[in-house]
Amino acid sequence: MSDKRKTKIHVENLTLIFGKRKQEALKLLQQGISKDEILKRTKCTIGVNNANLEIKEGEIFVIMGLSGSGKSTLIRCLNRLNDPTSGKVFIDDFDITRESNKELLETRRTKMSMVFQKFGLLPHRTILENAAFGLEIRGEEKESREKKAIHALETVGLQGYEAQFPSELSGGMQQRVGLARALANDPEVLLMDEAFSALDPLIKSDMQDELLQIQNKLHKTIVFITHDLDEAIKIGDRIAIMKDGVVEQIGTAEDILTNPASEYVEAFVEKVDRKSIITAETLMFKKNTVVEINKEGPKGVLRKMRAVGLDILPVEDDSKKFLGYVWVHDVLKLEKAKETTIEKALKTEVPSVYKNYTVEEMLPLITGIRYPVAVVDEDSGRLLGIVSQTSLIIEATRYEMDEVMELKEKANEI
Amino acid sequence: MEKLIDIGKYIEIGINALEENFSGLWGAIDNLISWTVDSINSVFLILPFYVIIALVTIGAYYAKAGKKAFTKEGAGKAAGMTAFVILGLLLVWAMGYWKEAIQTTTLVIVSTVIALILGIPLGIWSARSNMANAIIRPILDLMQTMPAFVYLIPAIFFFSVGNTPGVIATVIFSLPPAVRLTSLGIRNVPSDVIEAGYAFGATEKQILFKIQLPLAKTTILAGINQVILLALSMVVIASMVGAKGLGSIVYQGIQQNNIAKGFEAGLGIVVLAIILDRITQSIAKK
Repeated sequence: MSDKRKTKIHVENLTLIFGKRKQEALKLLQQGISKDEILKRTKCTIGVNNANLEIKEGEIFVIMGLSGSGKSTLIRCLNRLNDPTSGKVFIDDFDITRESNKELLETRRTKMSMVFQKFGLLPHRTILENAAFGLEIRGEEKESREKKAIHALETVGLQGYEAQFPSELSGGMQQRVGLARALANDPEVLLMDEAFSALDPLIKSDMQDELLQIQNKLHKTIVFITHDLDEAIKIGDRIAIMKDGVVEQIGTAEDILTNPASEYVEAFVEKVDRKSIITAETLMFKKNTVVEINKEGPKGVLRKMRAVGLDILPVEDDSKKFLGYVWVHDVLKLEKAKETTIEKALKTEVPSVYKNYTVEEMLPLITGIRYPVAVVDEDSGRLLGIVSQTSLIIEATRYEMDEVMELKEKANEI
Repeated sequence: MEKLIDIGKYIEIGINALEENFSGLWGAIDNLISWTVDSINSVFLILPFYVIIALVTIGAYYAKAGKKAFTKEGAGKAAGMTAFVILGLLLVWAMGYWKEAIQTTTLVIVSTVIALILGIPLGIWSARSNMANAIIRPILDLMQTMPAFVYLIPAIFFFSVGNTPGVIATVIFSLPPAVRLTSLGIRNVPSDVIEAGYAFGATEKQILFKIQLPLAKTTILAGINQVILLALSMVVIASMVGAKGLGSIVYQGIQQNNIAKGFEAGLGIVVLAIILDRITQSIAKK
């Protein structure tokens, strides 16, 4: 779905090197010489190493990594607070790395606003004056900029604080001012550098919710830097994971959790609570053997069950709509009774979900029953796949396969 | 010991060359400073002493009490200082040194203004450029550690005796803190605020006037306070080259071995110093 949207920011082979002998270091880097070796030879450190990103219009794109991974350096290349050593950054179709100083100022004033980890508020100015700062810089009249600033402060829930000073506000509120200052400019792109990292966990969570709400209304393109994977997963439409200046993986939270591209990413995602992220679509088994209710009698069904070695099969109607399951012992009874259809064996009260349901949402459905979870298409009702109870429990508990089988056997005995 | 290298000689040659080739410039500077000092002096001396005392008292009261000037709290806060200003200035008048105190104050004002006009831009420059800082710092060290008497000699050479060499020597002596504290104040502005400024598209000028100078204000005002006090301590020495005021009374006291005269004038300087210090400090604190 994200592919349909326009690309807002395009980062192409971006490399940033700190130090005096940049060009020399860049050559060494392109020859594939290691970071440590380059540091030894040229005393240059590699901030960002050949990063490529495509950030879509209206998405929240999270760049995640530990400190020193180059994520803050990378975001500063987007508005050229850091000048890239090589590579290009396109905002829409303009290459910002080639912009003259005047054009750059204009881009910073109108297209992009930034929110900082340490807020970066002016202590000698009131909240209102702080929120209006970006507008003042670009030369708007006092009246119009204050009007916009008041509106932005309302958006972040700070009405009534206009006349106070930053030092009179808590950290969370100060960051709201930082956010209001960025929003007052009505930029197309919001750059947020660890914007919530300095806040208490509860306030942080509030601010994340608030940001998502604001985003629902405003649909900005947001580039969000964080070292906190939970935060990345909560707010990011897509996430890029960085290590040592290299972008290791880009994808949705689920892509990254289910298919970590490297050991580093794997180690990173290990501790995450997967229950609320992994969806039915990821877990389901797709190529199921199904029974068509109007075409097959008990004999045919039994043959199918023997062939795949299952004692339960999903049932569809002519239009491939999912109806329910049949169990092997019910079908056997029908066969003995010489029935020609399996209609009487069909169980229709079974758990079924759409593909975006998470493990957390599916777990309550399987308590007390022995059916697997059917994943159906939201519009057509067609069967997309089956999620077995075993795989759900594995995801939920992170137990190994045999441990779960053992538990299930025990449960069956009881 | 025999001299292996004769730096003094080269400096003398240099100063001679400066004197001969730019005599018009020195004359102009001399005229400008003398005229300014004389004008301010005459204005202050036309006003009766009690008017000046009243004005200084009101100024001091406002500086201390600030926005609370018309409340009981403000009055309580500023009461001590206000009383000191009135009593101190009356004492100076009663001792018979009113005119000299005015002359001294004028020299301090003129020197301070010149020192700030030169010092604050230099401070800004040295804060924003490491190269400028590397050049300016050793010169400031030189200005502060070189005994003040030493640059009185060329000052007379350029401007002959009078108020001008006094003002020039005072400016040289009191300039360093203006440069240093301006530079320090600007360098201490948190980098995240500056970065925020750049991120919103501020120009260098906007960064300076909307962020750096306002945030460095307290430190710069502390520098101004230092400049004033150094200027005051220098005008005593400047009296040796003919600058008028309380300093010259002290100087006369030394020459005539007159303990009474010396102490009275010294006391007058102390009163001026305390008043100037407290007023500027109160302004800096706001």
